[in-house]
Amino acid sequence: MTIPSNPADTTPQPGFSTWLRFALMWLLLCGLAYPAVTTLLAGSLFPAQANGSLITRNGQVVGSALVGQTFSGAGDFIGRPSAAGGGYDPVNASGSNLAPSNPDLRKRVRDLSAKIAAREGIPASQIPADLLTASGSGLDPHISPAGAGVQVARVAQARNLSEDKVRELITAATERGPLGLGGVGVNVLKLNLALNAAAPGTGR
Amino acid sequence: MDIFLTYLLAFGLAVPLGFLIARLYAAPASHFTAGLLRVCGVDASRGMGWRQYGAALIGTNVLLGLAAYLIYVLQGALPLNPDGIANMRWDTALHTAASFITNTNQQHYSGQSGLSYFSQLVAIVTLQFVTPAVGMAALFAVLRGLKGQTNVGNYYLDVTRAVGILVPSAFVLALLLTSQGVPSTYGGAKVARLVEAQTVEGKAVTTQTIPVGPVAAMVAIKQLGTNGGGWYGPNSSVPLENPTPLSNLFSMVSIIVFPISLVFASGLFLNRRRFGGAILAVMSVTSAALTFGAVMAERQPNAALLGLAAPGGNMEGKEIRLGTDATALWASLTTQTSNGSVAGMHDSFNPLGGLVPQLGMFLNDVYGGIGVGMINMLVFVVLTVFIAGLMVGRTPELFGRKIEVREIKLASLIILLQPLLVLGFTAAAVSLPGVTANSNPGFHGLSQVLYEYNSAYANNGSGFEGLGDNTPWWNVTCAIVLILARFLPILGPLAIAGLLAGKKAAPETSGTLRVDTPIFAGMLLSVMLLLQLLNFAPTLVLGPVAEQLTLQTTTPTTGVQK
Repeated sequence: MTIPSNPADTTPQPGFSTWLRFALMWLLLCGLAYPAVTTLLAGSLFPAQANGSLITRNGQVVGSALVGQTFSGAGDFIGRPSAAGGGYDPVNASGSNLAPSNPDLRKRVRDLSAKIAAREGIPASQIPADLLTASGSGLDPHISPAGAGVQVARVAQARNLSEDKVRELITAATERGPLGLGGVGVNVLKLNLALNAAAPGTGR
Repeated sequence: MDIFLTYLLAFGLAVPLGFLIARLYAAPASHFTAGLLRVCGVDASRGMGWRQYGAALIGTNVLLGLAAYLIYVLQGALPLNPDGIANMRWDTALHTAASFITNTNQQHYSGQSGLSYFSQLVAIVTLQFVTPAVGMAALFAVLRGLKGQTNVGNYYLDVTRAVGILVPSAFVLALLLTSQGVPSTYGGAKVARLVEAQTVEGKAVTTQTIPVGPVAAMVAIKQLGTNGGGWYGPNSSVPLENPTPLSNLFSMVSIIVFPISLVFASGLFLNRRRFGGAILAVMSVTSAALTFGAVMAERQPNAALLGLAAPGGNMEGKEIRLGTDATALWASLTTQTSNGSVAGMHDSFNPLGGLVPQLGMFLNDVYGGIGVGMINMLVFVVLTVFIAGLMVGRTPELFGRKIEVREIKLASLIILLQPLLVLGFTAAAVSLPGVTANSNPGFHGLSQVLYEYNSAYANNGSGFEGLGDNTPWWNVTCAIVLILARFLPILGPLAIAGLLAGKKAAPETSGTLRVDTPIFAGMLLSVMLLLQLLNFAPTLVLGPVAEQLTLQTTTPTTGVQK
């Protein structure tokens, strides 16, 4: 591999005006041209994804398939605790940033663990860890299949549906990556919307 | 599976990419490139000495940094601001400009609420292309010096070549990411009517605002350019930025593919493939060890859940669709390279899991940032050659050229700069009352402060994000660390290479210390690890190690408490 033999640098290279033109060139090419071409093409190829994977019901946007929402109804599946603003606020997306050694985390988990144990009628030792922990974004749309499993009995009763029917809807709302990549999650918003469709007016 | 596929795909792509890059940097400028440079007043066929090269590097970087600063403080009045974002405060803007001009992308703001689209694109994306390109250019200038050329190349041409590779790569990745659900639009935030109305602090909330934007274009280059940061504050843990396990795989491969390919390219460019292989082996052994440590630590339960939940890995700060393994792998890779975007909150990692990112950043050359990772490794090579030479009583030399006092002084200064800045500022911050604004008490509080400066020095950008870091203290001190830690470790090695190139080459004989043997690789690994352990072990003992030990003594490790 040879380097072309350039003439030695006897004359000085141009200075300030070159720096300025070089900087401006990249601001235009990388800052304006690249994102414009990429964004417009991606938007026309994948219009639904490009606009936030929105879910509409009766012409009304009710959320995004990628962003969780807060639920508390007896007939609803309840997601993970969220540290994003007042809960699942994408503008204030955030994790708790509490360390395992932090007493505040221990307190939060203890309170929530007791609440879930009472709500679902199970001992604390059976509560899946994801229901007690806040996600990194505070927007996690998923709970684990086990986390959905412990809520089936309560939801089925409140909705006046069979447990099998509820499990069926859980399976339909379960999302997983190909080739065993990542984790398996039940999309809480999609699941509750499906429940609302299957048994209207029983969410609360 | 995530771990295996990520490394496999990254190596599979890095080999052809390495060949391509090595060939590109050895070939003369294409007509198109030469034409672009002529517009800037640069004659692409002419080379530069190392001093000129360094001056051009500093000059263009200063101007770009200044432009970025002005855009941040004026963004409220600039176009492409559909969400009406206000101007940035001076100290945040100073820190942000310093952070992005140094390929760090440490953020003391949340992108979705702190930056307009114009700022995100013109002042962020541009730097995300140019700064890795500058790193790559600097690497090839150093390599030319090591080959004995006093003409180390044309800075403008080298940068342009790198951008020419990064733009098409980012374009493809952006399309892949959008297919998975990453937003790509110039429209403003979407508003959804909540399925269940909420009451927050006494006020009724019936809608959810979902910030979108030209996210995919930005996220693609933030991953490929070892940039990091994110469109959204919590980066790739946000489902809009990293929607699926597949988008996560693409992102993780992108984080390491260029750093690995540049090691291949360096071996080819130097015409010393075995040397390239030895370096790659040293890096890969370290990388695998760090990843193993992080994955194993995060599979352990979070101590705060002990007795209050079913057994399971540490899910605090992690996303279900990614799981603990992929999040730990990401944490390990993002801090080995100078990427620094996160897919989970490192602050909430188990103490030993949080130790891994700190180690990755202390080393900062496994695989390191684009160009600069390999340059950092070459500094350790110079040092190892010197130490090994002393041990066996031979004149230390690298590629046939003697390493003498000036080169060793420069290399030592660069290596000592890291503990000086990182430990110095950490000590200052914890001894000044009230400046740290930690979210966590005790040993973990110290880890948070150390992490911030460590991340700034490594030009990484990840954080223990509980730190209330958007204050003048943090913004200004981090900006100082960022700039010194970026440019001195580029200019120093450039000078070493330039000085070496000016020396007469001695023919390699059987008496020459060979740098492409397994023994040398082992020596290099030991020198690197020992030096960094000597530098940083005491603070790590006071931070994460102490935290881990107290956890095990104050919470029961067996039995279930009711």
